[in-house]
Amino acid sequence: MADEPLVLGIETSCDETGVGIVRGHTLLADAVASSVDEHARYGGVVPEVASRAHLEAMVPTIQRALKQAGVSAGDLDGIAVTAGPGLAGALLVGVSAAKAYAYALGKPLYGVNHLASHICVDQLEHGALPEPTMALLVSGGHSSLLLAPDITGDVRPLGATIDDAAGEAFDKVARVLGLGFPGGPAIDRHARDGDPAAIAFPRGLTGGRDPLYDFSFSGLKTAVARWVEARRRDGRDVPVADVAASFQEAVVDVLTRKAIRACKDNGVDHLMIGGGVAANSRLRSLALERCEGAGIRLRVPRPGLCTDNGAMVAALGAEMVARGRASSTFDLPADSSLPVTEVSVPGHTHDHVHEAARDNLHG
Amino acid sequence: MLLLAFDTATPAVTAALHDGERVLAESTVIDARRHGELLVPAVDRVLSTAGRALADVTGVVVGVGPGPYTGLRVGLVTAASFGDALGVPVHGVCTLDGLAWAAGEAGLEGPFTVATDARRKEVYWACYDGPAVRVTEPAVNRPADLPADVLALPAVGAGAALYPDAFTDRRPDPAHQSAGSLGALAAHRLAAGEAFAPALPLYLRRPDAQVPAGYKAVLPT
Ligand SMILES: Nc1ncnc2c1ncn2[C@@H]1O[C@H](COP(=O)(O)OP(=O)(O)O)[C@@H](O)[C@H]1O
Ligand SMILES: [Mg+2]
Repeated sequence: MADEPLVLGIETSCDETGVGIVRGHTLLADAVASSVDEHARYGGVVPEVASRAHLEAMVPTIQRALKQAGVSAGDLDGIAVTAGPGLAGALLVGVSAAKAYAYALGKPLYGVNHLASHICVDQLEHGALPEPTMALLVSGGHSSLLLAPDITGDVRPLGATIDDAAGEAFDKVARVLGLGFPGGPAIDRHARDGDPAAIAFPRGLTGGRDPLYDFSFSGLKTAVARWVEARRRDGRDVPVADVAASFQEAVVDVLTRKAIRACKDNGVDHLMIGGGVAANSRLRSLALERCEGAGIRLRVPRPGLCTDNGAMVAALGAEMVARGRASSTFDLPADSSLPVTEVSVPGHTHDHVHEAARDNLHG
Repeated sequence: MLLLAFDTATPAVTAALHDGERVLAESTVIDARRHGELLVPAVDRVLSTAGRALADVTGVVVGVGPGPYTGLRVGLVTAASFGDALGVPVHGVCTLDGLAWAAGEAGLEGPFTVATDARRKEVYWACYDGPAVRVTEPAVNRPADLPADVLALPAVGAGAALYPDAFTDRRPDPAHQSAGSLGALAAHRLAAGEAFAPALPLYLRRPDAQVPAGYKAVLPT
């Protein structure tokens, strides 16, 4: 156990400053500082507000994580950081901090992909990922079906949303219903008291000739808005719980249906679900029900590890160390549109700075 | 004493080592879009040029702005992280003060103005009475809105060069921020027992944040 890699992970791609520490598949610390309350009055994440908050929270959150884990920075085997995708200015705060710690401590730096991290975090909950891993990744910015023969180096997109991400649809519908930001948790809560069959909202891209693994949530969002507005125009009450439950059902019905189809088509016996929307209680229960029916093992982390956090970055970093993957160079850029297929950013120049860092301390 | 100084609040990515007496090494690259990529390699370069180890550094000196925020934060979070990882103090120095000290090194005396580019047709600026004495708080304004007596002073910095109609007595040196000068100023302050600014950003503007207009109806009204 003790020879498993001890890695600190930093996540600043959106509005959470997350720092996690793991040893192999074991979670030792998960410290998160969120600026979500500062964004709520704007109805969405304001990039500059998020970046300012990251700068304030960065070092204190790292210190908190080290204390929580009961390890000292000198014991780390590596420092991993979200290099993208995400908000450019926000990413840059985490990337700069990770470089400074890695350089000062003489540790290898791993710039990794936020989306692969959302998948890899499940190793902290359910142990080693099967290979290949079938993953449904659903967050505020992404909705994809991914097949990963190797989570540290080979992630293949099977399909993705052609318009809004699932979380984005939750957030927009919540705004239509006046439920505030972020919308996902609010819809989840209201839907518990509603009837998911009350209103038949459309299921996007589920026709016979539609792409099998792609998603579309924009039409659904518009249908909900039209329905609600029509009610309001007629001067009638909007049954918020029923609308929330029916909308949510439409989203999770399509997500689970397509994910299970992808498992069957690819002969995969498990399904991993990750990303912020994987915290949704109905998605979790319907996925479980359908996976059981299809003989598929469901792997979904606890809700706190589904939304953005540093532990997921550390989990992927630890896997990179364990597999001897190349570390990043110290000119690592933050890449706001890093493609999902680029699991890590090894850097374009020779790794001489890292060598220099070792010399600085030990030479 | 071994000070590691750097500043990312202007288009310059500049890092230097100062031993309390002199600048041992400096690296300055002008690239307003790649502060995050260039800073640690620049630190590495000055250490190897000077033949010193990061572990020998006794203090970190960082320009706290004012400056465009994204670049500015690179320097500040790097300084705070080095300070924590190495267990050394982090000294914040106003970026304009570094330019003023450099102007003094270039021979400028008496009262003068330092102005840098704040984008959006504005400058960050402050007035000095000699290279080590700032007499106004750093501010951000359109050049045309500055008091006439400020605009008439000798002026240094990219902000002055950008607006020659406003700043009528422009001086060429320093053209850019230099971490060597920033380190020299910090060494001067340490020797004089002066206090440093906390290593917190001087943004001078509120974040751009539009409260979204009320929910837009999908149906025609
Ligand atoms: N219980 C939930 N039900 C549905 N959506 C949720 C729930 N919790 C969070 N979300 C959604 O997850 C998204 C955030 O995902 P996350 O992965 O944390 O961030 P990002 O999209 O920035 O990577 C938001 O759109 C939010 O509304
Ligand atoms: Mg996410």
